[in-house]
Amino acid sequence: MVVVSHSGRLAEGVVELARQMAPDVPLIAAGGLAGGLGTDFDAVSDAVAQAQSGAGVVLLYDLGSAKMVADLAVEMLGDPSDAVVVDAPLVEGAVAAAVAAQGGATLDAVLSAAASALTDLASDKPVDPEDGLEIVLTNAVGLHARPAALLASTLTGLDAEVTVSFSGHSANARSVLALLSLGTTGGDQVTVTATGPDATEALRRIGDLATHNFGD
Amino acid sequence: MPCDAAAVAAAIRAAAAVITTHRDELVRLDQAIGDADHGENLERGFGFVVSSLDGEVPDNPGAVLKLVATTLISKVGGAAGPLYGTAFLRAATALGDAPVLTPESVAAALRAAVGGVVARGKAEVGDKTMVDALTPAADAAEQTAAVAGELAEVLRAAADAAEAGAESTVPLIARKGRASYLGERSVGHLDPGARSSALLLRSFADSAAGA
Repeated sequence: MVVVSHSGRLAEGVVELARQMAPDVPLIAAGGLAGGLGTDFDAVSDAVAQAQSGAGVVLLYDLGSAKMVADLAVEMLGDPSDAVVVDAPLVEGAVAAAVAAQGGATLDAVLSAAASALTDLASDKPVDPEDGLEIVLTNAVGLHARPAALLASTLTGLDAEVTVSFSGHSANARSVLALLSLGTTGGDQVTVTATGPDATEALRRIGDLATHNFGD
Repeated sequence: MPCDAAAVAAAIRAAAAVITTHRDELVRLDQAIGDADHGENLERGFGFVVSSLDGEVPDNPGAVLKLVATTLISKVGGAAGPLYGTAFLRAATALGDAPVLTPESVAAALRAAVGGVVARGKAEVGDKTMVDALTPAADAAEQTAAVAGELAEVLRAAADAAEAGAESTVPLIARKGRASYLGERSVGHLDPGARSSALLLRSFADSAAGA
């Protein structure tokens, strides 16, 4: 992943935040121009080359001309098909994409995680808790960053729609940001519901994670 | 006198000098409604373009414009690098390896350049951008070339239309670029990108007239 920003510090900061939940994903900051504000085509091109690992490169950007520079850098590649500029909120998109990539998602799945980062935030729609799995979060911090990332990534490869509900709010279990926005802490009880062919396996895996205190 | 690679390179050098002369004006325009980097970025970019031309003058007009494009893309931060870079790149592609410019090829190159800017920046006429200067310029160039105008006349018509188009951005609300964040407050200001587009075309027209 490459984070293209007018500001070097902004790009570094976004990378820092995303890396916390995706330590194995190559995350490269390409921000600033000649030590000041601006977008640097050569730096972005170099970052894309550096981020290439064979699985594709996702570029995120902050403002207008950063997108233009990112688009140009992709067009100038020998094979433009394995690098994609994604229209996504920079911070939420970077975190969502990084977590998806950390979980081994394909390029398309990473792009979709980034693009849906905003809409995946927890909805206020109440859920019917009559079925599903009740889980008491016995770890200290609830569904905070690392446990949320573990929960989202344990669903990789499963064909199931999984929802985590807490206190009348629901979250897409594949979205770390949505899970974080539920605002759970240790001791809270959440409800996990799943539909789809792999629903049972999804609930089994999440139950297993909870039994093991999300690795704490 | 045929407008060959050397003539085009000379016109680019003259345009670079015009940008330097108008640097502070472009800075002021961009301070009003943007991030104040347009004048400085363009001057620096064209400075590198002149250095590139000092090293080598490619052997046809299209190759000269391609060198301009790659230099601007790599050296100009801000929107001007990718936008003007794409414009010159598309113009270069349209010219191919023809040894001299003709009225028709210049009109076609300008049309291709505008298409590149629109594709890159997604702006339309009326959004208060360089497209407001470049689109009427391409229209005027085509019309003049169609009635068998000389190369200098084609470029003069383009420059006249670009200047009028740039002026037309003053009452507009910006809908693209940094100025769009200002909304209504962008009204009453000349768009710096439209201004620099008009300056470049006027400079090219002056070079063609003097050749």
